[in-house]
Amino acid sequence: MDRELMTTTDTYVPQIGDTRTNGNGTLTTQASIRQADLALDALESEGIHIFREVAGEFDRPVILFSGGKDSTLLLHLAIKAFWPAPVPFALLHVDTGHNFDEVIEFRDRVVEEHGLRLIVAKVQDWIDDGRLTERPDGIRNPLQTVPLLDTITEHKFDAVFGGGRRDEERARAKERIFSLRNAFGQWEPRRQRPELWNLYNGRHKPGEHVRVFPLSNWTEADVWNYIAREKIELPSIYYAHERDVYHRDGMWLTEGPWGGPREDEEVLHKTVRYRTVGDGSCTGAVESTASTVEEVIAEVMASRLTERGATRADDRLSEAAMEDRKREGYF
Amino acid sequence: MAELLRMATAGSVDDGKSTLIGRLLYDTKTILSDQLAAVELTSRERGEDQPNLALLTDGLRAEREQGITIDVAYRYFATPKRKFIIADTPGHVQYTRNMVTGASTADLALILIDARKGVLEQSRRHAFIASLLGVGHLVVCVNKMDLVDYSAERFEEIREEFAAFAMKLDVSDLTFVPVSALHGDNVVHRSAEMPWYEGTSLLHHLEEVYVASDRNLIDARFPVQYVIRDQGSDFRGYAGTVAGGIFKPGDEVVALPSGFTSTVRAIWGPGGEPITEAFPPQAVTVQLTDDLDVARGDLLCRPGNRPQASQSVDAMVCWLTERSRLTPGAKYAIRHTTRSAKASVVELDYRLDVNTLHRDEAAESLALNEIGRIRLHTQSPLQFDPYRRNRLTGSFVLVDEATNDTVAAGMLLGPHLATAKVVWQHGTLGREERATQGLTVWLTGLSASGKSSVAAELERLLVAEGRPAYLLDGDNLRHGLNGDLGFSAADRAENVRRVGEVARLFADAGMVAIASLISPYRADREQVRAAHQAAGLPFVEVYVDTPLEVCEARDPKGMYAKARSGEITGFTGVDDPYEPPVHAELVLRGDEGDPKALAARIRALLGPH
Repeated sequence: MDRELMTTTDTYVPQIGDTRTNGNGTLTTQASIRQADLALDALESEGIHIFREVAGEFDRPVILFSGGKDSTLLLHLAIKAFWPAPVPFALLHVDTGHNFDEVIEFRDRVVEEHGLRLIVAKVQDWIDDGRLTERPDGIRNPLQTVPLLDTITEHKFDAVFGGGRRDEERARAKERIFSLRNAFGQWEPRRQRPELWNLYNGRHKPGEHVRVFPLSNWTEADVWNYIAREKIELPSIYYAHERDVYHRDGMWLTEGPWGGPREDEEVLHKTVRYRTVGDGSCTGAVESTASTVEEVIAEVMASRLTERGATRADDRLSEAAMEDRKREGYF
Repeated sequence: MAELLRMATAGSVDDGKSTLIGRLLYDTKTILSDQLAAVELTSRERGEDQPNLALLTDGLRAEREQGITIDVAYRYFATPKRKFIIADTPGHVQYTRNMVTGASTADLALILIDARKGVLEQSRRHAFIASLLGVGHLVVCVNKMDLVDYSAERFEEIREEFAAFAMKLDVSDLTFVPVSALHGDNVVHRSAEMPWYEGTSLLHHLEEVYVASDRNLIDARFPVQYVIRDQGSDFRGYAGTVAGGIFKPGDEVVALPSGFTSTVRAIWGPGGEPITEAFPPQAVTVQLTDDLDVARGDLLCRPGNRPQASQSVDAMVCWLTERSRLTPGAKYAIRHTTRSAKASVVELDYRLDVNTLHRDEAAESLALNEIGRIRLHTQSPLQFDPYRRNRLTGSFVLVDEATNDTVAAGMLLGPHLATAKVVWQHGTLGREERATQGLTVWLTGLSASGKSSVAAELERLLVAEGRPAYLLDGDNLRHGLNGDLGFSAADRAENVRRVGEVARLFADAGMVAIASLISPYRADREQVRAAHQAAGLPFVEVYVDTPLEVCEARDPKGMYAKARSGEITGFTGVDDPYEPPVHAELVLRGDEGDPKALAARIRALLGPH
């Protein structure tokens, strides 16, 4: 590339649909997609390597699967890793009860199509028998930790796959791909094992387990580009649709079994989509007309907000919110 | 893959490393507005007038409170050309562990130097660790150029000093960029402040640097990770990640350690995509034509290109934990490729001072962050390549079986030569039964000191007497036996070791071996002497003590001139030390006679046949 031109080029804003010209011709969208493919191939191989390591080293692994986009991608990688044999792991969903119907329907359909075994741990059951108490704000995401750890103990799971990515948040940026949890399910950031080359140390004592994050090195853009490339189906609420919403805390929330708008909150009919899917009481929609995966990619690339910052009230609670929840044993 | 560049950064809190990474993320618009808002808020609370870009990367709460980075953090950014993964590690001496971790997967290492402070001990340490971990590309960012008035002279000074040091290391590609991370000069955009700098911006270099050829595409290696069996379709395949070379359907392969051969029937990519050529780092599934008993931990390779196999191996290790020390006799679990085994540390050969590269052979253990060379005995043979040849089949970790902690990172050097399952074969012929008794004459001294002329005269003199003699000339041997070696300290040591071994064999065969090579380091020569002593062979060290000025005035090959002008670096006597012998059998000075006369003085020492 022409050095002279490089020096005067503006800051890069990688965008699908972005066409930049230089002295040597045009760097087309097509070219950037093709190059992205090679990076995606490398990420895919790394993720598959991790799945196979776990299959080779652990007795009772399980994949956390909510039907959201990261866990759907995770399952897609697992299926590819063991082809043509079936995925040798069960799935686990910690269900807040604050669900979007479209997601639950999708979850069940995927499980059936692939002949998988799904275990559902319902937060409601823990509340009903007194092991958990509803929070005053009604948000149930933080309540998932106890049912998750109880279920891991009950089923003696020794490896638990999660869709966590290091780009999501600063505390995650330091987490290992194989991340040991002590007998209380807790993460000890100071005691993390060094992780070198592609050698993963999954040894653990009885009662301990290892969280495994095959998507550690993926970014939100990688996830969407891969979903596009592999034509992975997602729940419909990831794409633009019409919905009654109300504005709270800078987000568009929707009515549901978790409650609805207060009297001072006006309900509006808008075209929205979800960037993340979690507890309905605290997961906000964004205004969007992106109805295809390509349009979503264009939108994600141009967005000036992180996906959690945009749509997750629980992550805004404090700057160290995620670090605190992770220490307790959260995903 | 070229389109995914993994890099490791190293530098101390004060070098402005976090600011540089923050700048890369910020100027490539990777930072999103909510993250920036949080940083601006914190910066204001601390009374700083500009957003402190270092806050973008200081992840854990403890780090924010202490104002330092304590672990490896991973950062991501992308341009239309490449996706980048940064393993961001702190530079303090106590964090060698983290730097080793970050460098283990890196294609490129970014080293920061404060332009005001110049090349510090830690700059050398960072470069050494990158080279030890096989990171072939080194980019040195001379930061805070704004604080030295963007001085070209200062930059040059630092560049020269660092390049001289790097000559001793295994670095194939070294680049220097003058930057100011705080103001963004030469980070993403070329700076207007440094018109004298003719290179590209840091980001442009990172986008263009060619790393695809770093992969080993020669030695086909496939560690089997998992056996995939599908009852429905009766499918049986070996899943794994290609660790070296290229595999194609139809290739003949051998499974190790069993040694059974078969042919690749098919190779499947993820999800069952047929593959015609599989290469690193692809995750694939291989089907063979024969039904072999192959399991996790086995290795597929080509019958004509097998890895080393040994239960006794030499390795460099970095100790990673503060909770114990590595001591000879200790037992661990070793993880190498997809195989686990038990291993015991037989010997600690030396501890390496990562700042001075000094080898402490008296060391008895390795503590956290210390690096040393060990001999390891494993319960079953490792199928491996030297780390320099293949990072994936040449690396291992040691795990403490009591705590399950990963306690050491290791890089295999080779099978331990003395053992290697080869028993020394004693000949039936005694040395005294040979017609002549051999010995070694070792001439050491500066380049152009006159060693070779004296050595050649000595050879002529001995042969004329009818005594078998042979000249081993250092320069000549670099064309063949040592053609694969460079001039780093490690390569120089290997050069001397090999010539020493050949000399010993010649001497054992009854010849006078005359070795003539600079051999600048005392320790290397002492090892050759020790090997001769162990074999009961005489070793005569001759120091050709010609003053540097005289050598430099002669300069028959123009090497001193090149070294002085900076065209070559790491040249003995100019910018690399020569350690004269302490107890040489003979010291010759050039002004004591012509080569013939000097050779006669050596001859006088050797006695009759």
